[in-house]
Amino acid sequence: MLLKLTLNSLYARFLTVCMTVFAISLSLMLYMSVEKLRTSAYTSFTDTISQTDLIVGSRASSVQLLLYSVFRIGNATNNITWESYLDIIDRDEVDWAVPISLGDSHKGFRVMGTNKEFFNRYKFRGGQPIEIEKGFLFEDLYDVVLGSGVAEKLGYDISTPLIVSHGLESFTKHDDQPFRVSGILQKTGTPVDNTVIVSLAAIEAIHVDWSTGAKIPGQQTPIEEIRQMDLTPKNITAALVGVKSKLSIFYLQRWINDYPEEALTAILPGAALQELWRVVGVVENLLLGISVVVIFTTLIGMTAIIFSSLNERRREMAIWRAMGATPRMIIGLLMLEAFFISMLSVIISTVLLFFSLAVLQPWIDNNYGILVSIEMLSIKDIYVFIMFIIAAMVVSLLPAARAYWFSINDGMTIKI
Amino acid sequence: MDDSIVKIESLRFQWSKNNNFKIFVPKLEVGRGKKVLFLGESGSGKTTLLSLICGFLEPLSGSISINDKIISDLTSTNKDAYRSDNIGIIFQQFNLLPYANVIDNIILPLYFSKQRSKKVENKINAAMNLCDQLRLPESILNQKASNLSVGQQQRVAVARALIGSPSIIVADEPTSSLDTEAQELFLDLMFDQISKNSSTLLMVSHDKSLTNYFDQVIDINEILVREN
Repeated sequence: MLLKLTLNSLYARFLTVCMTVFAISLSLMLYMSVEKLRTSAYTSFTDTISQTDLIVGSRASSVQLLLYSVFRIGNATNNITWESYLDIIDRDEVDWAVPISLGDSHKGFRVMGTNKEFFNRYKFRGGQPIEIEKGFLFEDLYDVVLGSGVAEKLGYDISTPLIVSHGLESFTKHDDQPFRVSGILQKTGTPVDNTVIVSLAAIEAIHVDWSTGAKIPGQQTPIEEIRQMDLTPKNITAALVGVKSKLSIFYLQRWINDYPEEALTAILPGAALQELWRVVGVVENLLLGISVVVIFTTLIGMTAIIFSSLNERRREMAIWRAMGATPRMIIGLLMLEAFFISMLSVIISTVLLFFSLAVLQPWIDNNYGILVSIEMLSIKDIYVFIMFIIAAMVVSLLPAARAYWFSINDGMTIKI
Repeated sequence: MDDSIVKIESLRFQWSKNNNFKIFVPKLEVGRGKKVLFLGESGSGKTTLLSLICGFLEPLSGSISINDKIISDLTSTNKDAYRSDNIGIIFQQFNLLPYANVIDNIILPLYFSKQRSKKVENKINAAMNLCDQLRLPESILNQKASNLSVGQQQRVAVARALIGSPSIIVADEPTSSLDTEAQELFLDLMFDQISKNSSTLLMVSHDKSLTNYFDQVIDINEILVREN
């Protein structure tokens, strides 16, 4: 009967309770959204590259190598010679390897030279492959494949001509050797979206008349002649490596790090991503801080609402007392009410979250490259909800204590 | 065991430590099964006296016993239990739970008192019988208290106080909002039921015209001393 009357009492204050539940639900949804965004940002970040066992570059820190080879941020301090690359792929442990060559750009987007194997081997988000949206991969020497972001931002389509600039922010252009868009990739939410991809041979081709970073004055080899040349690269920037057996990763890594011919570094992408995430983890901590503040303010808000409703309920409390309810029961009544309000808020906020995720997920993915997964509540979410409900009941002790005081002092006269 | 159901001796009460105003009741005895009216003007301390008898307020000194049990010595929890077992209360404003229906309002005290609950075989039937005896139409039994007329609310409040036959009914000016005719009808119905239950009625009022209805009329000014 206590339960029935508590529910009836809540129902009698339908509008106030609805507003309270709605306010708490929104706060909880905000908390869950921030948490979802935080975990999804982490997952998207650490899933930028997957199923690649090692990334090899010149001697550098793991974060630096990861930044330039995967995120196209910064530059390599040195290159790897093609011979060293061949030595690596000759190892028994190596299953596959993809060379990449960086250095040039197009309208602010990094140009990456690689081979077709890149499109088969580069995986993201737990093994998802890169798919071509339009056109085809490079067939001709001067074919270029664009990441979706490049095509969208520059308004390029298949067959659009483009000129590669030398270096990153250089006014010197390789305008003697224009490229043509042959294919556009599907959105990946990774740095591939903002990359202009050409063949390794094309990188060599545009640098035929260049020496030590500058164009040789007066030299201009005809394109037809270049097409006939051996365009095997002399250097590459980095290589993505897959091994036959996971057991051999550390052995191969040690071998590369100790490679006597050249100072090389091999990193495990997963570990380096984690390390890099720790560097940018301040954002995560900020989001975590916001989550805690949101929960805290929600609890304060709920206490304030229960407090403000106490006066209008003073008569009700006095009736309970007169009928024989002990002050403890009055406290229990308010805690039960807090339980119902917080429980209902948890359910509504979860429904709201899933509904808004279903609506906003494609937009967030398209605009920010963060795939916010729509999945069942995690153990952690359930734990947070249980803790929230307990905390709500605990903070309701404050208004309950006041109600207790009222009920003792009011006696038969209800001073309202 | 004598025939007094309520006994007060040298009772002193102070509202708060900051307020020097005190009331003192040297001696009061109410006989079992009597209908007693405490008469007094507003602010004379009538309701305070009832609150002390019900155990809502804590006396500074002296003793209050009900059914030979000194309730002023009981702990707060025991006092609550004792009140719900032995006292049915009718408030001046009736104080029904507005969101609960008539039946739920009437059987509410049974939830808190095992003793009163034991006296009732079937709660719903007992509540319906009381409603019938108090001439409440069956059609209102499932209605919310907030939808009832003042007269109906008053009778529901009486039924709630009577259910489970507590030995004492305490009523705080229940007729103050009624005209003479309605007052008469209400008191007749209430007295009839209280007599059937053999309960003792302690009622306070400032209305001297009610004196004829009661076995004993006590002028509050004669039993209660105000001290500054």
